Amino acid sequence: MSAIRFRGLTLGYDRHPAVHHLDGTVASGDLLALVGPNGAGKSTLLKGIVGEVGALDGAVETGTKAIAYLPQAAEIDRSFPVSVLDLAAMGLWRPFGAWASLKRHRPRLLDALAAVGLSGFEDRPIGTLSGGQFQRALFARLILQDARLILLDEPFTGIDERTTADLLALIRGWHGEGRTVVAALHDLHQVRAHFPSTLVLARRPIAWGSTAEVLTPPVLARALALSEAWDEAAAICRHGTRAGTGDEAASAAAHDHHGHRHDDGHDHAHAHSPSHGHAGHGAAP
Amino acid sequence: MTLAGLSDLLVGPFVEFGFMRRALAGCLALSLSAPPLGVFLMLRRMSLMSEAMSHAILPGAAAGFLVAGLSLPAMTLGGLIAGLAVALAAGFVTRSTVLKEDASLAAFYLISLAGGVFLVSLRGSQIDLLHILFGTVLALDDDALVLLGGIASLTLAALAVLYRPLVIECVDPLFLRSVGRVGGPVHSAFLALVVINLVGGFQALGTLLAVGLMLLPAIAARFWAADLSGLIPVSMLISMLASVTGLLVSYHAGIRLPTGPAIVLAAGALYLVSMLIGPRGGLLHRLVRRRHLEA
Repeated sequence: MSAIRFRGLTLGYDRHPAVHHLDGTVASGDLLALVGPNGAGKSTLLKGIVGEVGALDGAVETGTKAIAYLPQAAEIDRSFPVSVLDLAAMGLWRPFGAWASLKRHRPRLLDALAAVGLSGFEDRPIGTLSGGQFQRALFARLILQDARLILLDEPFTGIDERTTADLLALIRGWHGEGRTVVAALHDLHQVRAHFPSTLVLARRPIAWGSTAEVLTPPVLARALALSEAWDEAAAICRHGTRAGTGDEAASAAAHDHHGHRHDDGHDHAHAHSPSHGHAGHGAAP
Repeated sequence: MTLAGLSDLLVGPFVEFGFMRRALAGCLALSLSAPPLGVFLMLRRMSLMSEAMSHAILPGAAAGFLVAGLSLPAMTLGGLIAGLAVALAAGFVTRSTVLKEDASLAAFYLISLAGGVFLVSLRGSQIDLLHILFGTVLALDDDALVLLGGIASLTLAALAVLYRPLVIECVDPLFLRSVGRVGGPVHSAFLALVVINLVGGFQALGTLLAVGLMLLPAIAARFWAADLSGLIPVSMLISMLASVTGLLVSYHAGIRLPTGPAIVLAAGALYLVSMLIGPRGGLLHRLVRRRHLEA
């Protein structure tokens, strides 16, 4: 069963792709790290999954519309006078909506704050929290969202070790409960220690599979070689005219068996092709 | 001064003259509905957006004036249509193009304002233009009072209904988009409330000054209260105080001091006082350096 399926997904801004021709599926219950240099399209991919950025080409399908998404904290107005409890309570929007009373559910809200180590902070305005405390409050909101699919965009940037360890424990707990978690991360030690699978992205997918096999020096070197600049004079991408949706990975792998060498920029397809044999990845139906 | 003298000064005008009572009722109704919207505008850093919106109303009111003369229903309807059209058009451009909301709103309100002045000057004299711009709080008829009361009721009811999504939309619009589709409609409904209140305020205070009673009490309240449950009632109280003060000052000063500006000036004075002595970040409290705490 797949939690997310990408079909030749291309996301971008102003026709310039930020994520280019991504195929494959994220298995339900997977704990997937999204790795790549700045500008690799990690945030864009998460926004694409949640529907914040529309697809230029292809499609992304999720089994559920109830997605918990943690963007980079800078997009929140922290000067607005609401309390920590109010912020966490937003996580109950789906079941409670605009009018249902939360009064009887205060213990549940306090439990969520306790789970992130913010007991006693419930009445503090969010503007008085430190960066780490604020991130903890956002994780309390994620807990209350109780979603089967959780997307985290660089959740530990600027967060100290102790807070990171606490929040990683929460993420492992979600994994244990069978939730699907996708997190954009920069700390490779963290990824190796806690995330069973990894997608290395550098605008196009570089490699996708089990973390141990994917996070290798050659793969990372290729990811780093990404050219960040847009080419204003770039030609219209002809990718779609040559291969159908999702078949490209399989055909590329098949070509490989015949000993063909691709040097036209399609080597990325090998990395996440079914020939690697990771259940749940590649173009499996 | 004796108690009786004080009563003559403060209550006398309202006891004696029906037009003063009408003006008071109209301003108090406006004081219940406009300042809470101002609080949200201020907190969203959209304070100047209501100013732009008040200009946008002008051509509609002017069109109503051209068609039917100084008629309340025609000018109100015209103002509503023009204001809502500008709000919706600006929202559409913001969502569909690269422009941010402030820029697209500025573009539309400038078009609208110029169009309004153009329309008014096609017919009517300077006095008519002054009436549209500055209102006639001392000439509120029954229809105008019913309109102001209705607007206040509608606004408070709508705010109660929209309160939770509106707060979420202010703090974290991206979150609201990720969990549902109410963000856009809530924002549009909020802008519609702003337009409706400006149109209502324009009966009493005129298009330019209606913004004053919406924003000044809200901004002054920031020096007295920290959260929404404090800001909203405090802003209402300040607005009521400004209304009463402005009416009395303009009455006792004689007809020469126009009432609309007097009310807004009173609100402005309350803002300045709040800024000086308000306990939440007021100037005097900043000057007095209190000993810091242990933890």
